[in-house]
Amino acid sequence: MTMIRETYVNAAIMLLLLGIPVWAHVAGQPFTITLATKVAILAMAGVGLNIALGLGGMVSLGHAVFFGIGGYSMGILAHHAQTFTPLMEVPLLIEGTKFMPVIWLVAIAISAIVALAIGALSLRTGGVYFIMITLAFGQMFYYFAISWPAYGGEDGLSIFVRNDFPGLNTLVPIQFFAIAFVALSLSLLLSHLIARSRFGLALGAARQNPERVQTVGLDPMRVKLVAFVISGAITGLAGALFADLNRFVAPTMFSWHLSGELIIFIILGGIGRLFGPVVGAGLFILLEHFLGGLSEFWLIYVGAILLGVVLFARGGLIGALSGREVAHD
Amino acid sequence: MSILLLIEQILNGLQFGLMLFLISAGLTLIFGVMGIINLAHGSLYMVGAFAAAAGAAATGSFVLGLAAALMAAAIAGVIVEVLVIRRLYDRDHLDQVLATFALILIFSEGTRWVFGSFPLYLDVPDFLSGAVTLPGGIPYPLYRLTIILIGLAVAAGLFLLIAKTRVGIRIRAGESDREMIAALGVDISKLYTLVFALGAALAGFAGALVGAIQSVQVGMGEPMLILAFVTIVIGGIGSIKGAFVGAILVGLTDTLGRFLLPVLFGAFMEPASATSVGSALASMLIYILMAGVLIFRPTGLYGKA
Repeated sequence: MTMIRETYVNAAIMLLLLGIPVWAHVAGQPFTITLATKVAILAMAGVGLNIALGLGGMVSLGHAVFFGIGGYSMGILAHHAQTFTPLMEVPLLIEGTKFMPVIWLVAIAISAIVALAIGALSLRTGGVYFIMITLAFGQMFYYFAISWPAYGGEDGLSIFVRNDFPGLNTLVPIQFFAIAFVALSLSLLLSHLIARSRFGLALGAARQNPERVQTVGLDPMRVKLVAFVISGAITGLAGALFADLNRFVAPTMFSWHLSGELIIFIILGGIGRLFGPVVGAGLFILLEHFLGGLSEFWLIYVGAILLGVVLFARGGLIGALSGREVAHD
Repeated sequence: MSILLLIEQILNGLQFGLMLFLISAGLTLIFGVMGIINLAHGSLYMVGAFAAAAGAAATGSFVLGLAAALMAAAIAGVIVEVLVIRRLYDRDHLDQVLATFALILIFSEGTRWVFGSFPLYLDVPDFLSGAVTLPGGIPYPLYRLTIILIGLAVAAGLFLLIAKTRVGIRIRAGESDREMIAALGVDISKLYTLVFALGAALAGFAGALVGAIQSVQVGMGEPMLILAFVTIVIGGIGSIKGAFVGAILVGLTDTLGRFLLPVLFGAFMEPASATSVGSALASMLIYILMAGVLIFRPTGLYGKA
């Protein structure tokens, strides 16, 4: 019964996310479309993290690394394309590009490789070590981006014109929103398929009881590592889209506050729920928009709300709406 | 490069490492005894620095400022433990991360609210300003030398407290068997509050001491928190000795890396790019050190498996 109710809630969420920008487009309110695009992209980053965190039980406090890598993949490629300088000449010539699909593939590939390295190192230990190590590697990338002067250092990189997608004019807000919305939907579908697959079951088991997974002949660490890589790749793609939305990348995309905020999306929406990050990101952007208008210190209220949710309402918003508690181990 | 400059940098690294130890010791103690990962530990460091700056400005005395820092951080620690941390003992790490992240937001924005966004300045007191000449003719700022000595003294005091006193025995017992020491009639909840307040006071004290060298501003605690994490991952979580060794290692590696790497790259590169490559690499050095420790000793240098 309540299961069905959650499906209705999920459908309503997606209709709302789709309907608001369409309405804003008709009403001529481009800023609302931009807000909705931001929600869709941040939600996608949260969906990526949720594969590691919700399904795999890996509390990564360094997912901004992948968001930033996606952002810088876009920034560096587009920067070389707009300045007509090659990215690299030896040993082989690599040119910059303004073509979105290529940028996305690069963002996904590099995020996945970095996720493999970070995951392999931090999964050597579990629990609280994992949290601290992912946080530390996140900080490493942040400082590196600040101190590496070739791509803007602390000031970041500006991209003058949004990148191209065949058949669309990406500078029209509603068309860029469509790209972000489709990307979010695909990542939700992938997340759903993973959760239902044999791999997803093994991942859930590796979270709950790694010893048992080992006795049936699977390597729990390898299962978790694969999930971590997929998770990082999705968050990386979201980073590339986010950079394109702002036409700007800066080291703050690597900041650990962002890693924390991604976890907040998941927790506000409700952990272990497919659409949790979508609701959480939407709620967060709404809070930022409205509380930010009320007070310069709006984050203090976010802190209070978060504390309340963690201490007293552990099912998140979807839990409150659909009336179902999710086992939370 | 002169040998004098190198020795000065080594001392700076030692000073940084000792301050890092004061923060890491509390963090590792709180994790070891209570099983809590406390992200808000950096906020307690910040509270100490602000209390010292405000206390010193109000009374005109640096020493009273230090006392204010200790008091404020310990009181903030008790309040946080009673109101929030106490509810998190039986929760998983994710809940602890989120709740203490929420505390960071509340502390940071609250401090900005009260003190404004501009940094405060805490001056080095007159009797500690100026330089001393160390044996061998090395000039070194007296204030930095003093905080090296204070850091060493606090470290020694902490080791004695844990090893020799009744409270220390209870803390160690609490680390190894929580139920048993409760069954033996120790008020475990009071013990936890005490440990948390002790950790908070150490962090606040470090914040006040460092506050006189750097500016006192919102967000100053978070880089230190993350360095403290690196420290205790290297040293082994729960081990005070590990925190000490890890902190000195991180302090020296970071300071000397920033000093030596640009010089090293300068040997075979043009100066401008040597500086940028060297400093970019130097900023990554301690994380590479951490990765190396993880490969060979996943539970840290002094951690239990």
